[in-house]
Amino acid sequence: MLKLQGIAVSPGVTIGEALVLDAEGFRIPRRFVERSAVDTELARLAHAVAETAREMEHNRDRIHAELGEQYAAIFDAHLAMLHDPRLQQELTAAVRDRNWWPEYAVSRTLRRYAKVFQSLDNHIAQRAHDIYDIEKSLLRNLLGQRRETLAAISQPVVVLAHNLTPSETANLDRRFVKGFATELGGPGSHTAIVAEGLEIPAVVGIGPFLADVSGGEPVILDGNEGLVILQPDEETIAQYRLEEEAARSVAARLGRLRDLPAETTDGVRIQITGNIEFPSEVEQCIDRGCDGIGLYRTEFLYLTSKREPTEEDHFEAYSAVVKAMNGKPVVIRTLDLGADKMLTEKMPEEERNPCLGLRSIRLSLRELPMFRTQLRAILRASALGDVRVMFPLVSTIVELRQAKMVLADVMEDLAEHGIAFNRKMPVGMMVETPAAAVMLDSFIKEVDFVSVGTNDLIQYTLAVDRGNKEVAELYNACDPAVLRLLRRSLDVAAEAGVPANVCGQMSGSVMFTQLLLGMGLRQLSVPASAIPEVKQACRSVSVADCRLIAEKALTMDGAREVKAYLRDQVRRLLAETVA
Amino acid sequence: MAADSRESARHAGAAVPCGETVSREVVVANSQGLHARPADMLAREARRWQSRIELVADSQRVDGKSILDVLTLAAEAGTRLVVEATGPDAREALEAIGSLFDRNFNERAGSQQT
Repeated sequence: MLKLQGIAVSPGVTIGEALVLDAEGFRIPRRFVERSAVDTELARLAHAVAETAREMEHNRDRIHAELGEQYAAIFDAHLAMLHDPRLQQELTAAVRDRNWWPEYAVSRTLRRYAKVFQSLDNHIAQRAHDIYDIEKSLLRNLLGQRRETLAAISQPVVVLAHNLTPSETANLDRRFVKGFATELGGPGSHTAIVAEGLEIPAVVGIGPFLADVSGGEPVILDGNEGLVILQPDEETIAQYRLEEEAARSVAARLGRLRDLPAETTDGVRIQITGNIEFPSEVEQCIDRGCDGIGLYRTEFLYLTSKREPTEEDHFEAYSAVVKAMNGKPVVIRTLDLGADKMLTEKMPEEERNPCLGLRSIRLSLRELPMFRTQLRAILRASALGDVRVMFPLVSTIVELRQAKMVLADVMEDLAEHGIAFNRKMPVGMMVETPAAAVMLDSFIKEVDFVSVGTNDLIQYTLAVDRGNKEVAELYNACDPAVLRLLRRSLDVAAEAGVPANVCGQMSGSVMFTQLLLGMGLRQLSVPASAIPEVKQACRSVSVADCRLIAEKALTMDGAREVKAYLRDQVRRLLAETVA
Repeated sequence: MAADSRESARHAGAAVPCGETVSREVVVANSQGLHARPADMLAREARRWQSRIELVADSQRVDGKSILDVLTLAAEAGTRLVVEATGPDAREALEAIGSLFDRNFNERAGSQQT
């Protein structure tokens, strides 16, 4: 049994069969073959071995011709290992006697050999690399054209990967993916956000561990503690099954909050809206009793297909959400991506700092046809319900005005063609750059609402890449600098009478609820999974108390101090309210 | 791993060669120890013979016909090993393999490691 520690980014526990994706996205489809198929599979294995040998011979000859005997020798070594009678015997026996799928047999057997080499003290340990190379080549030849994508999963699995791109996470099917764990990643990364949206446990930033596990093996994922347990023993499995059960009953209890309003003990009504990525998440928000959609992230429309989404693609998604919300407000945020993440864009040259580069509103203002397409769809959807539009990453007043001008232009266009839309559609902006927070008193006169995007605000204020494992610790919502900017933004908005909300991960964490309410926030936008908890927290506090807590926290000069204080406060809160 | 393999060899129906067992001591003279190239030469040579060929070092016993097995010995320069051959052509096999070690696997001093 092997217990691995990573960063917990989405809560919950799950026990399931592992599906392993290595750095090249290889997937071991199954563990066992039917007995009747053994001969076919042995033939397939033999064929893959022959193919691999041919490739190695070809490489050897080519390198020998170009660089000489010395360099070609490595391929001789590979060939020798591939043809090792012991190895061949083991693979054959695994398929014939243990009925293992050839891919599984190759992976398991070779990784075992690799581990033996890795445990050696001298330079021979390097041979482990050769084993992995052979494994890769064999798997490539075995899987051939049949390299199945994540989208083809059809049974419950726990996905274990080197890394998951936004596109891959977008393709995870909630029905079958019970959780995932990755070697790379940090808190606040896109993967973490998606995991929360899917409401499945997730652990990231574990470091290298894929070598120790093969597809099909049972694995436990503990998204509460950030643990991944490989080859769990009976006792541990039983323990976690109990936890799964307990979690289910807590969820049931919180479910009863659905129709109750988020009203504080001193009668202040707090709006709790949902953050969504996919139209399908609306259902989860409604199920938990939300007051609307406070953030509809539209990026996935651009990430999930190779061609740019058409106006109809946009409209279809937006209208589905608006109709489902049935009169409750829906805030749609325009594209918040860099060209580096989009499948369709070709950058003229690599951006060194995509986070600080051509992305979000800057990209939209540069790619006007794409921007107009999105705005047209949003406007058309505004005829179907209470739709509001929001611009991301605004940092100068010029940007905001330009965006509004494009919007006005699109409105005129629609009007000319007699297409219905809401001329009074509220227009808001995200406050996520220090520039926007500092100059908010200028911006506030030109928007109908603001939303503080704490995820990016923390990143830019503290100059920390939230996806970088090395500095992930520095990314801290409790930092006094962040709190001060947040407080200032909320004050400016309140004074101007402009509604404000917070839509980053901070708002979904009950640790911050008292602080945020105390700073004057009356609307929180959170992932669906957090709605019951946050609602519960709101119903258990008084704004008067929250003000005191916020005042105290704002006097502290270190993130650690603030965190400890808030933790303490929320512990008391939960102790009183957990029955 | 060596023990497992012997087991699976039996299950795979390999015949255990009968005949005498002969052995002799050898010294690994290569500066890089018994690395991939000599291990490959050794395994190829061993496979030419019918007899079972094993290398013994302290508590380890590995199959001389498997390059992977031989590599896991991780035998450094100066290591003393015992080569054991069992089967109908044991003597000839032992001589051939012994001579590989004596010739230092045709490596010149300070040759490249693979």
